[in-house]
Amino acid sequence: MTVNAPLLSVRGVKTCYGNITALHGIDLDVHDGEIVTLIGANGAGKSTLMMTIFGNPRAREGRIVYQGRDITQLQTHEIARLNIAQAPEGRRIFSRMTVMENLQMGAQIAEPGHFQEDLERIFTLFPRLKERIGQRGGTLSGGEQQMLSIARALMSRPRLLLLDEPSLGLAPLIARQIFDIIADLNRRTKLTVLLVEQNAFHALRLAHRGYVMVNGRITLSGTGKELLDRPEIRAAYLEGGRQEATAEAR
Amino acid sequence: MEVFVQQLINGITLGSIYGLIAIGYTMVFGIIGMVNFAHGDVFMVSSFIALVAALVLTTWLGISSVFLSLFIVLIVGMLLTSLVSWTIERLAYRPLRGSFRLAPLISAIGMSIFLMNFVQVAQGPRNKAVPPMLQQVIVVMERDGYEVTVSYRQLVIWAVTAFLLLAFWYVVSKTSLGRAQRACEQDQKMASLTGVDVDQTISITFVIGAALAAVAGTMYLMYYGVVSFSDGFVPGIKAFTAAVLGGIGSIPGAVIGGLLIGLIETMWSAYFSIDYKDVAAFSVLVITLIFLPQGILGRPEVEKV
Ligand SMILES: Nc1ncnc2c1ncn2[C@@H]1O[C@H](COP(=O)(O)OP(=O)(O)OP(=O)(O)O)[C@@H](O)[C@H]1O
Ligand SMILES: [Mg+2]
Repeated sequence: MTVNAPLLSVRGVKTCYGNITALHGIDLDVHDGEIVTLIGANGAGKSTLMMTIFGNPRAREGRIVYQGRDITQLQTHEIARLNIAQAPEGRRIFSRMTVMENLQMGAQIAEPGHFQEDLERIFTLFPRLKERIGQRGGTLSGGEQQMLSIARALMSRPRLLLLDEPSLGLAPLIARQIFDIIADLNRRTKLTVLLVEQNAFHALRLAHRGYVMVNGRITLSGTGKELLDRPEIRAAYLEGGRQEATAEAR
Repeated sequence: MEVFVQQLINGITLGSIYGLIAIGYTMVFGIIGMVNFAHGDVFMVSSFIALVAALVLTTWLGISSVFLSLFIVLIVGMLLTSLVSWTIERLAYRPLRGSFRLAPLISAIGMSIFLMNFVQVAQGPRNKAVPPMLQQVIVVMERDGYEVTVSYRQLVIWAVTAFLLLAFWYVVSKTSLGRAQRACEQDQKMASLTGVDVDQTISITFVIGAALAAVAGTMYLMYYGVVSFSDGFVPGIKAFTAAVLGGIGSIPGAVIGGLLIGLIETMWSAYFSIDYKDVAAFSVLVITLIFLPQGILGRPEVEKV
């Protein structure tokens, strides 16, 4: 997409859980301003890669470079302070904190002076959260929790946002809204996004580029359109997506 | 009736001390799921720090104002005790994190024995005393020659405890430090993703717990006038009982549990047998564990995950 050095570059990353190797040498780039999606079957290692970028678990081999800086050996909280945010798999809302406190946690590393402004911005994106502001995170519905998880990540004003299955468990309409919000943030604020999705059809349409992961290896990569057109992708990942697409067309 | 009111007053005083210690148990358990068995001995060490500080102030520096010296003793005690606890966490617990579950517990028992023996060697095995202070009493009730009194010491203990609990409540519920602390309690991995330094937050938790225990230690010394190297054990277990009774992990629970244990102990002493007051407190632990294992304010497990 650009000739500049990528914002995030992952090179030859190998990650293990005990003596099980989950990632066998991953190469992946995310350029400034891009939406990049990572698709793959359950257990392929997508979430492992997202967390390896944050140093937990730490890469056994290889290098992760962000903004020209090698972050492979940094601690998770140090990486978070470099303006990378993650809405991780499983949402991980602080269940005994209110919606407001969850957002404050997200804003932890941001300038305190920005807080009100950012909060207003979040409320325009997710009006539902405004209504629920004093409610404990654990009592929100699944969809509301997902919104909160993304909102919390946005509160740190990230330059790079990692989203791990943001549409999981959401009604199709809400999932659409979330994808629209991501696309919109990317267009308006140049937010760079690395997106893991089960819903490969939506993800590939949304993303500039995509990677396909199988058993801890990247097997294919290309622009979203290229990948959408490949028969093996259609066969493996787009069954549900195609039905949805036809349903939408009707 | 008079006896009851008097024991109520005494029980609340004792309960304040237990409550302050119990917060340290409950916070550490909340954040790393470990019973810090050395906490009672940290409390004992803080009593000795207060003792030494008080003697230095009165005999060497000649400070005569009781309130000024009490204030200085409290500050010095909180600082030094925090340092002790911080060091213990760094040396004896942190390296074992991620090891098998019982490892930090065993390490804590080791630290407990170490602190006890260290003080025994350094300060001698006998009771150490401070000159009595703040002995004046206020008579609140009198009938048939039986006076119900509140001593100045007790008033000081109530006031200091109340002030500290308010300050502490403010820090935990309103500041970003307190939020980070609670976030680590709920989900350390997510907390670190938002930029919280989890190890540092755990250290701070130990420091806060120790500072509160130091206040309790100073109050204990002032209240009883004597302290010995073995005084960490029984008050420590009572405070732990208080934390369990209140619901381990719950800070308000620790305070309520502390007050209840203090009251049970003083009431038992008055109406049954003073010799068995410790047995009464520990029976509460056993009964709680059997019939109310989650404690009074224990977390209901109804959260969505
Ligand atoms: N904490 C862990 N300990 C041991 N093995 C793990 C751990 N976490 C993940 N794994 C293993 O690593 C592999 C990759 O898991 P990962 O969660 O990264 O997959 P994923 O691509 O995100 O799958 P999904 O689409 O189901 O979320 C799996 O085989 C999984 O069993
Ligand atoms: Mg996953």
